[in-house]
Amino acid sequence: MTLLVGSLATGLILSLLAFGILISFRVVKFEDLTVDGAFTLGGAVMATLVFAEFEPLRATLMGALAAGVAGTVTATLHTRFKINRLLSGILVMTALYSVNLRVMGKSTLPLQSKPTLMTYVHRISQGLFGEGDHLKIFHWEVPSRDVTALLLLFLLTILIGCLLFIFFRTNLGLAMLATGDNSRMTESLGVNINRMTVLSLFLANALIGLSGALLAQYQGYADAQMGVGMLVLGVASVILGESLVGTRKIGYLIVGAFMGSVLFRLMIAIALRWGLNPNDLKLITAVFVFAALVFPKIFSQGASWLRGKIRA
Amino acid sequence: MLEVTNAHKTFFPGTPNAVHALRGVDLKIERGSWVCVIGTNGSGKSTLLNAVAGGFLLDEGSIRIDGVDVSKWPEYRRAKLLGRVFQDPFSGTAPSMTLFENLALASRRGQARGLGLALNSTTQDELTKCVAEMELGLENRMDNPIGSFSGGQRQSLTLLMATLIRPRLLLLDEHTAALDPRSADQIIRLTKRSIEHDCLTTMMVTHSMQQAVSVGDRVIMMDQGKIVLDVSGPRKQRLRPRDLLAKFEELRRRQQLDETAADMLQTQYV
Repeated sequence: MTLLVGSLATGLILSLLAFGILISFRVVKFEDLTVDGAFTLGGAVMATLVFAEFEPLRATLMGALAAGVAGTVTATLHTRFKINRLLSGILVMTALYSVNLRVMGKSTLPLQSKPTLMTYVHRISQGLFGEGDHLKIFHWEVPSRDVTALLLLFLLTILIGCLLFIFFRTNLGLAMLATGDNSRMTESLGVNINRMTVLSLFLANALIGLSGALLAQYQGYADAQMGVGMLVLGVASVILGESLVGTRKIGYLIVGAFMGSVLFRLMIAIALRWGLNPNDLKLITAVFVFAALVFPKIFSQGASWLRGKIRA
Repeated sequence: MLEVTNAHKTFFPGTPNAVHALRGVDLKIERGSWVCVIGTNGSGKSTLLNAVAGGFLLDEGSIRIDGVDVSKWPEYRRAKLLGRVFQDPFSGTAPSMTLFENLALASRRGQARGLGLALNSTTQDELTKCVAEMELGLENRMDNPIGSFSGGQRQSLTLLMATLIRPRLLLLDEHTAALDPRSADQIIRLTKRSIEHDCLTTMMVTHSMQQAVSVGDRVIMMDQGKIVLDVSGPRKQRLRPRDLLAKFEELRRRQQLDETAADMLQTQYV
């Protein structure tokens, strides 16, 4: 049960990552490889600021902001200097590896002794469930702090998902959607495509950085390696979500990314429970994405079967 | 209205593929005029339209719209002044977005786009009315993605989007070339109606000589990056496709003469 609560919470945190990847890969169709670096940067900046006695919420937002700026660098390398999209992302991601080490000063920063958002969660948990450390749900003992974190994360991700949905119904949001759908038309309607690309990658990477900052606080440490494989994981969640919802409308895609991320985490948790070696996790994620890309038909058939099951 | 002065453009300069696409084009279009531009493939007619639209910057020369020098403006900035319909019916609309969303995008052409909701009920009503006025029966499909519409319908909608906010200059780039004859007729009818209704100034590149003589009040023929024929007024009214064909034939002969003469000179003197 603790494992379930933990993987659900991680899934919710990573759904912000999936939202970011949805924006860059699907909405503006920019294959942004900054992700792994931006995710770590979010956590690194947050951790360093927490150590500098910053208020945790502000430190978290600064982490997101820093990651967003990394995204604008990638976008600018492509739009201003005409560097290939993939290469722009790789350059920034590689540079960020050193930047992250510089920011943190060492490769791991433990946060347990510092006030973080988890401290707030702990306080709220005491307010909600009393002083006891554990909560009884049916037969299982669950740490009440984890349950509170799960509830708050659920509210937060739903809120961010709704905000994104509303954003894509504004004039600016529509222009961003159109940029990815038909950039030639969008430009002929007076949208500065380059600026829109920079803005979208800022938004995407800020969400990714926020996800990194939250994950670092949830697991209790920031680590220079924490971003490795996040790109593929996020893409896997987005693809899984797309086949779950079965349409390309933005509202559904947002819901899909959310569900895909949580479901993917659950699948991993189950696999680990069955004795999967954690070292094989990234390999399996990559194989999953490979399968989804190469056999989309089988994949979507499986998903619609699943949809039918859920409805039934 | 539109003033193009001494426009020069070379693509891929300094390479074996260098193309001198515009060689000193001077063109002045009066307000309210509808100019048809014809010419063979590679004559520079689409390049000229693209130069006005801002697809690239000129090597030399200037472009003024309503007295404003736009030569250095990027395409998205010129969009404020220009409405544009492309040759490819799939270029002018965003396929996975709905008809409503496409129109909402067009209704803010060249304006700042902020965080206001794009489609409130007032704009929805107005946009539905605009679509209903086209009499194509598309007003019931406002929430469908544009990708589900036919090429002809998409081109009609692109035309509507280009004129939704009245443009200073309407640019039509062979906008019926990729359509079946029936859809093409329909588009021309809609084009006529909207140009007359809004008194638009129009530059229309066309491949069809029939179209060039039957619509508009002025015909320009381009060849090798220059304007070689410019007919307006009563002479335009009397213009027939065979007159244009004769002109094309004349140009072709002159070109051949140039080549054979050059060959002759080469064999004799080099």
